[in-house]
Amino acid sequence: MNQALLRSLIPGVLGILVRRGADFAAAEDAVQDALVEAIRVWPDDPPRDPRGWLVTVSWRKFLDTTRADTARRRREELLDREPPPGPAPTADDTLELYFRCAHPSLTPSSAVALTLRAVGGLTTRQIAEAYLVPEATMAQRISRAKRTVSSVRFDRPGDVGTVLRVLYLVFNEGYSGDVDLAAEAIRLTRRLAAAIDHPEVSGLLALMLLHHARRASRTAPDGGLVPLAEQDRGRWDTGLIAEGVEILQAALARDRLGEFQAQAAIAALHADAPTAGETDWVQIVEWYDELLRLTDSPVVRLNRAVAVGAADGPRAGLAALAELDDSLPRYTAVAAYLHERDGDPATAARLYAEAARKATNLAERDHLTRQAARLNVRER
Amino acid sequence: MAKYLLLKHYRGAPAPVNDVPMEKWTPEEISAHMKYMSDFAARLEQTGEFVDAQALAAEGSWVRFDGEGRPPVTDGPFAETKDLIAGWMVIDVDSHERAIELAGELSAAPGAGGKPIHEWLEVRPFYTASPTVTE
Repeated sequence: MNQALLRSLIPGVLGILVRRGADFAAAEDAVQDALVEAIRVWPDDPPRDPRGWLVTVSWRKFLDTTRADTARRRREELLDREPPPGPAPTADDTLELYFRCAHPSLTPSSAVALTLRAVGGLTTRQIAEAYLVPEATMAQRISRAKRTVSSVRFDRPGDVGTVLRVLYLVFNEGYSGDVDLAAEAIRLTRRLAAAIDHPEVSGLLALMLLHHARRASRTAPDGGLVPLAEQDRGRWDTGLIAEGVEILQAALARDRLGEFQAQAAIAALHADAPTAGETDWVQIVEWYDELLRLTDSPVVRLNRAVAVGAADGPRAGLAALAELDDSLPRYTAVAAYLHERDGDPATAARLYAEAARKATNLAERDHLTRQAARLNVRER
Repeated sequence: MAKYLLLKHYRGAPAPVNDVPMEKWTPEEISAHMKYMSDFAARLEQTGEFVDAQALAAEGSWVRFDGEGRPPVTDGPFAETKDLIAGWMVIDVDSHERAIELAGELSAAPGAGGKPIHEWLEVRPFYTASPTVTE
């Protein structure tokens, strides 16, 4: 069975149920029940019209629940209202679904879970496995999220920025489980880009594609982290890079710059360099300046200091770093790197070891520990 | 979205405010304490923040490798070991502040006299997955 096809049908089916008068939370439950049944039944008995099958089964599940829950009159009203089957889900349905699942009243983790289920068509179990929590916990998280947004009315367009932040979280902070969350985030962003014409949606899609292109080279065979400068660029996916660059250029041409476009531009400049030594750091610094004008985030300032160090020398990088709060995540790691480039391996080794203790993920901790070890061996 | 371990100690934590050993509580106070703990876990499941909760027996042994072809060496328990873990709860929350808030609530579990124990809990973040976008 083609799971990707099955999942791509879910938001449309949900849209149809909601348009038929089902409330969002009940419709979403019904579609999830139908999805679970499809996964069970389709391998032996594939339907001729998968979407029609899902609509019929979801609607029946919804009615079964409604029948059990509410008075007969309500159900009959709904039956009367049932439109002839067949109308294709519209782009507006899809958009409204994205906005609802990323609604600002939700916490980030709830918005992520609801988006993956209602828009992505993943089962609760898959989402629970992806985020390493028990299925019952994930079920409650999703069900609370649905209750929160069930009564939200969409009489005016939502802020696409909220949706983009959720999709970025799925992409960037995804755990590696059975489901490929990075690929899932790309799929959902592609679909959003098809439903709405917005340069920042393109910017995020380009950013994801450009980073995804480097995926194979980011991890050593032993699972260790390979930094950008040491990656085997021959293993970068040139198809994804070309697509990302093309999408980004079309977005930039519209002259409505946003933070995702600027981030994608930086990724594109890295992708464009045949070797790490040929990276156009001067232009990268300029993009960080743009990014700072757009966001003024301390993390951007930190990354800018790295770029300044590469463009104008480690002393300039350290000067840029000195203006920042040293409690920032990765501050010490950046300081270690710049001190090493400045020809001070003893300080660098000490800072790498300190950075390793402060790391928030294992891959980074091990990488920083190895950096410290490498310099300490040389010192002996 | 980050996981935290809330660690409860038999020994090794600073003394709680309401510092009466459990065997000197009334049976009803013990039941009230247990109920508070299980209600707390149930509530976190409802909020979608619960991952795991386990309690450990106080008795344990130390084990180490003793060379190829030899059985492992066991030793202990060591009564003098300062730190002794009693159990834990693992939560998955949106922020560090939320983890601290929940640990505070868990520490309010009732003890002797039905009053909160004000027990010290250790809050430890899990390592996260490494982010894709770092530059």
